[in-house]
Amino acid sequence: MYAAKEISVFDIIGPNMIGPSSSHTAGALRIARLAKNMVKSSIKQVKFILYGSFAETYQGHGTDHALVAGMLGFDTEDYRIKESFEYAKEAGLHYIFETNSTKQDIHPNTVDIIITNENNEETTVTGVSIGGGRAVIKKINGVDIDLSGDYHTLVIRHKDLPGVVAGVTNVLSQFDINIAFMKLYRENKGTIAYSIIETDQPINEDVIGKIEEFQSVFDAFLIEKL
Amino acid sequence: MNFRTGQALIKLCDENNIAISEAMILRETNYLENNREEVIKKMEHAWSIMKNSAKEALKGDIVSMGGLIGGEAMRINSRRMEGNSPVCGSLMSKAITYAMGVLEVNSSMGLIVAAPTAGSSGVIPGAFLAIQEEMNLTDEVIIKALFNAGAIGYLIAYNATVAGAEGGCQAEVGSASAMAASAITEIMGGTPRQCLHAATSAIANLLGLICDPIGGLVEAPCQQRNAMGVSNALVCSEIALSSIKNIIPFDEAVTVMYNVGRSIPHELRETALGGLAAAPSACGACRKCK
Repeated sequence: MYAAKEISVFDIIGPNMIGPSSSHTAGALRIARLAKNMVKSSIKQVKFILYGSFAETYQGHGTDHALVAGMLGFDTEDYRIKESFEYAKEAGLHYIFETNSTKQDIHPNTVDIIITNENNEETTVTGVSIGGGRAVIKKINGVDIDLSGDYHTLVIRHKDLPGVVAGVTNVLSQFDINIAFMKLYRENKGTIAYSIIETDQPINEDVIGKIEEFQSVFDAFLIEKL
Repeated sequence: MNFRTGQALIKLCDENNIAISEAMILRETNYLENNREEVIKKMEHAWSIMKNSAKEALKGDIVSMGGLIGGEAMRINSRRMEGNSPVCGSLMSKAITYAMGVLEVNSSMGLIVAAPTAGSSGVIPGAFLAIQEEMNLTDEVIIKALFNAGAIGYLIAYNATVAGAEGGCQAEVGSASAMAASAITEIMGGTPRQCLHAATSAIANLLGLICDPIGGLVEAPCQQRNAMGVSNALVCSEIALSSIKNIIPFDEAVTVMYNVGRSIPHELRETALGGLAAAPSACGACRKCK
């Protein structure tokens, strides 16, 4: 389960969004925006694989425009969403859409996003639009995770070794950042692990820098609160 | 300051001698620890988007993504402007014009406020803008009332659902209608209890409403269901303001709506496999769907 968030009045009178569907348009944009934040260098190409209801009705719902808009970092309120393909062209971002109608045992609004950066490194993110414009990232590079973007979030990719978590929490306490939720995921024991830390206070680049100084840490990403 | 049921909300209003809108503002500021000024500012912003989305469709031709709707708000408006007396009066005519207009804007990738969802986004702006114009109300009054609507929507979302895929159209347009009914009751001087009676009636009247979007798109029958939802809100508010009570309390009505939603077969919950979406003419009408 992703960290449950209290319902605010703006979850009900909102989100403010470009239509037509909170799950197929706003939620899709949010997935792409979260995915974009997990890649540090500039993005060259992105491939979207759509499943379930996304695959069935993505054109009529503008899901394709919303996904590309999310990769460009647009907000759900941004009028440019409708013309996001044009903006992608300007930004030199190549995009491909594929549909997969055979896989049935997944959430109906699921998308795989395969991002290639300027160094030809690939990052694969799986996201699910869970309704009302909210979204959850379920997988990053094959590792099962849960990330909603409801909080300021720190994603750390590190070696699965003792002491990493202690070091990271120490840095956060130095910066007076309170941890709301913390989860640890790994593919196999002793290999690559992901620590996902959701915090009450915003995290800045200094924190990221300090954390990346640890030998066992490959990289750390900041996912802005959406 | 928090509440999880309609009953708890009424108790809170009674004890503090406040309206539902104020109770919701206090929940947002005290319980969720947000700054009051910022919260009000955010709602002002939502209201400005709502107003634009309601009027946008009257400015020019709108073509929806799926091509199933477009131009309806303008036609209803023109009929009234050309001197034809609206069948259900000027207020109702305006309310349905605006509600249907928002759905046109939504389906053409325009900016709207999902309230509580995009599919039901016409109901609240339709009701609020029509009543503002007809009764010369300030934006301040309307923005306050949006918190009342938010309280009802929050209680439904917390205790049941506002998602069509889970509860059918009754959970979307039904909830929006209940939210508008309660808020208008407060605007018109009703008590918190009368607000909940209005919301209860609105839910009860739309109980069992299925979600059967043609081509899977948020266009038809969604647009006209928003017109129906806004009308229902005004009707229920009038009933409640006349001190007519419901036998079933609000909290029970919400649970009933949830249970009914769960017993609606999945073909009739946003999948476009049943209802109008499966009618013979539905497939031929849709340009972009498969």
